[in-house]
Amino acid sequence: MEHLAKVIGVIHIAAAISLLNGLLTTFGQSRIGVQAIESIARQPEAADDIRTAMFVSLAMAETSGIYGLLIAIIMLFANPLVDILVSLL
Amino acid sequence: MINIDNIWVLEIAGFEIWITETIVNTWFIMLVLILFAIIARIKLRTFKEVPRGFQNVIEIIVETFDKFVTNTLGEELSYIAPWFFMVFVFILSSSLFSIFGLRAPTADWATTFALALASFLLIFIMGLKHQKMDYLKSYIYPHPIFFPLNLIGELAKPVSLSFRLFGNVLSGTIILTLYYGLTPRLVQFGIPAILHAFFDVAFGAIQTYIFVIISLMYVKTAASD
Repeated sequence: MEHLAKVIGVIHIAAAISLLNGLLTTFGQSRIGVQAIESIARQPEAADDIRTAMFVSLAMAETSGIYGLLIAIIMLFANPLVDILVSLL
Repeated sequence: MINIDNIWVLEIAGFEIWITETIVNTWFIMLVLILFAIIARIKLRTFKEVPRGFQNVIEIIVETFDKFVTNTLGEELSYIAPWFFMVFVFILSSSLFSIFGLRAPTADWATTFALALASFLLIFIMGLKHQKMDYLKSYIYPHPIFFPLNLIGELAKPVSLSFRLFGNVLSGTIILTLYYGLTPRLVQFGIPAILHAFFDVAFGAIQTYIFVIISLMYVKTAASD
């Protein structure tokens, strides 16, 4: 039981680390938003095209953040290695 | 709500077929959509030159989507609009399904991967149909050495498409489950409506739009030179 607690603690720390990629993902998304707003302010007649391109780029940039989230979720709820780690300790 | 409940197990010829919550919810959504389609089809006979009421609504929905696909793909490829209309309506209604406190079918990787795999097959078929052998040449584009890299890039498309939708819907589901699990009964009326509006309606609509438009762009790059 003690070993299991240690393993679960380590898994929680690892999940938190894998969510840290949200920092850079958010930074990239904010850059996309800033550029899109600047472009729309410069050329309001092209707003529809810019908005479409912005949404697609936002989704592309979001992918890495989603991967980190999924890795964290898999480590927390569906970790296949917990038994092996406990038996190793 | 994080685990997908298994409702009953069918045994057919030694194989176990698990009828999960996802499948039942998908059937329910399919039933509603098919009933709506049948009603629209029956009403189609009475449609007039000048639209009114129900006909107006149907025409606005279909025309808006057709215009969106034609703007993205161009005139000659826009005949695949009905397929993407189906995908759009299905993903949107399954995201909205979790408003009722049930599990959205898109919060299961099987559903999103099936949709993304269909998009992947469509990309391949459209590429073969419109470019013939040139499409297969794009797999060995600069040099045959690059074939494994191109293949990985191509196979990453359905994976990234499905994981994007799945991750977004699942994160909303988990946050709402945590809210319902951690708060007292007293604050479970009214306040979750804001969370539902944000995670189900807004995120669901944006992710549906993104799934469809990214599939359309993949089809466009595959089918035109």
